[in-house]
Amino acid sequence: MDQFFLQLTNGLAVGGIYALIALGYTMVYGVLKLINFAHGDLFTYGAYLGLTLLTSLALQGRIGAVGAVLLLAVMVMGLVAVIGVVLERAAYRPLRESPRLSAVVSALGASIFLQNTLMLIYGARFQTYPDGILPDTALRVLGVEIPIVRLLVVLASVVMMAALYLFVQKTKIGTAIRAAAIDQGAARLMGIDVNRVVMIVFLIGPALGGAAGLLVGLYYGQINFTMGWVYGMKAFTAAILGGIGNIPGAMVGGLMLGVIEALGAAYLSIAWKDAIAFCVLILILIVRPTGLLGERVAEKV
Amino acid sequence: MSAGRKLVLGYGVAAALLLVAPRFLDAYWLDVLNSVGLYALLALSLNLILGDAGLFNMGQAAFYAVGAYVAAILNTRLHIPILWTLPLAGVGAALFAAAVARPVIHLRGDYLLIVTIGMGEIVRIALVNDVFGLTGGANGIFGIQRPVLFGYRIRRPEDFYWLIWAFVALTVFLFHRLEQSRFGRALNLLREDAVAAEGSGVNTARYKLVAFALGAAWAGMTGTLYAAKMTIISPESFSFWESVVLFLIVILGGSGSIPGVLIGAVLVVGLPEIFRGFATARMLVFGLVMMVMMIFRTQGLLPLRRPRFRERHLPLRTAAEELPEAGTGRAEAAR
Repeated sequence: MDQFFLQLTNGLAVGGIYALIALGYTMVYGVLKLINFAHGDLFTYGAYLGLTLLTSLALQGRIGAVGAVLLLAVMVMGLVAVIGVVLERAAYRPLRESPRLSAVVSALGASIFLQNTLMLIYGARFQTYPDGILPDTALRVLGVEIPIVRLLVVLASVVMMAALYLFVQKTKIGTAIRAAAIDQGAARLMGIDVNRVVMIVFLIGPALGGAAGLLVGLYYGQINFTMGWVYGMKAFTAAILGGIGNIPGAMVGGLMLGVIEALGAAYLSIAWKDAIAFCVLILILIVRPTGLLGERVAEKV
Repeated sequence: MSAGRKLVLGYGVAAALLLVAPRFLDAYWLDVLNSVGLYALLALSLNLILGDAGLFNMGQAAFYAVGAYVAAILNTRLHIPILWTLPLAGVGAALFAAAVARPVIHLRGDYLLIVTIGMGEIVRIALVNDVFGLTGGANGIFGIQRPVLFGYRIRRPEDFYWLIWAFVALTVFLFHRLEQSRFGRALNLLREDAVAAEGSGVNTARYKLVAFALGAAWAGMTGTLYAAKMTIISPESFSFWESVVLFLIVILGGSGSIPGVLIGAVLVVGLPEIFRGFATARMLVFGLVMMVMMIFRTQGLLPLRRPRFRERHLPLRTAAEELPEAGTGRAEAAR
């Protein structure tokens, strides 16, 4: 039982990270009907930028651990958001009217390009975050020791998701995003600047992805330039699981996938851990392409 | 000069160059050409699925792996001569492809892409985990025998050069025939307009599945050649990046165009060998090329030239011919 509880919290922490990345996929898909293959790499940029800023600015010594992490998060999210907007301008906007394959190939190209830029700058080896930024004490809950970092990761991802949900539901810009996702043409006729909506989506999605990258760096301590592709695939699975284009769906899908993976690795086989997510992906596309909460269909020919 | 003649001339020049190449190149460069040949075969097999049928498959490395492993297992466990395993590897890969593609083949473009990526990864993870105790885990299988052809043992790079490029030549010939066959034309129609194809009586689901299986079979046979050449295979040779490189070759060269795909293989595999100083930046350049190509030259470097059928046998009616008829008709009606 202890084992189960421990794996559950672990799954929720990883799932929160998946969910943050999945939101970027699902928002872009909602508005542009495009799978942004480079999104996983934006997540990696978050992790690397976080590491660079952390070590070069030595924030921790100046304003304490909590302030340092918060300021770091703001800077990383801002920088990755800028990269996201530039990516959209360079790789996707010229192809807005082209056949879908062109945009997909361009997205793949962008992903390869971003990944290899990181490799050339930082090298191919694993990079490590400095120790002791977050407290490494554990909390006793129901007789199980849970690392406090894990709870912080879950908390951080839930707070960001809640903020996004409120933003999309309650603000004018959020309404514009939802309108553009349903029908771009009609939205344009209602006076919504769709290009601006796309830009905002490419600000928010990468910002959340970058934050997830920072969380991974702080939580696991090790980052690599290729990690974006595995996290990206899993987050995409989460988005499909919840129903692509559906924002609450991405959150639920992410948390579920994290838990499924953690429990599967613990009780079935750790060697097959990475295959679990892909099996979930294939099964969901065969059995229920709309996802658990989604109304949008993974279109069939 | 007509397009057909140009093509024959191009192949003639390429064949002549390839025939004299071993006289001027050392073993290292012949081995580079061997790699180009293997990638050309794989890209041609992917072209059947991606270019001709328009199915976004980014798991071609999985079929390649199945073929290579079938050949390696049959050779090391049952001691079947490696070239004899060629058809078995092809059949094995085709059956595997048909089984995995059957439930997902109806998925639209980018979803199929994601599913095939997932399929490729599952295959790689299965190989690493020593599935059925046959694949040797992360170390792979070693001790694969050299092929013997008519009593001659093929082992030097130059020997493999002839074997591989003979297979490329055969493949190019067969695939050109296939392109012009009823099957090939049906696939082209299917890619351009699935509804129209269905309306013309093309069983789209079946044709897609056959294209998948055929492409996989060719990748599987190439896997056999690879296993025979390396004598050792391991899961890392069949990673996701192999599938990406194959995808890139087809897109860069010209989706659906056989000469285009061949040129793509030369550029993607051969060029980085010439500019070895930039080896680390290879993938960076590929990524950039993919983005730029899609914006400025979507159809690839040497795009597929669609055959134009002149309606020679249909009586062509010009406006001048039709008018008097209409006139007489009206006159008759008036009368």
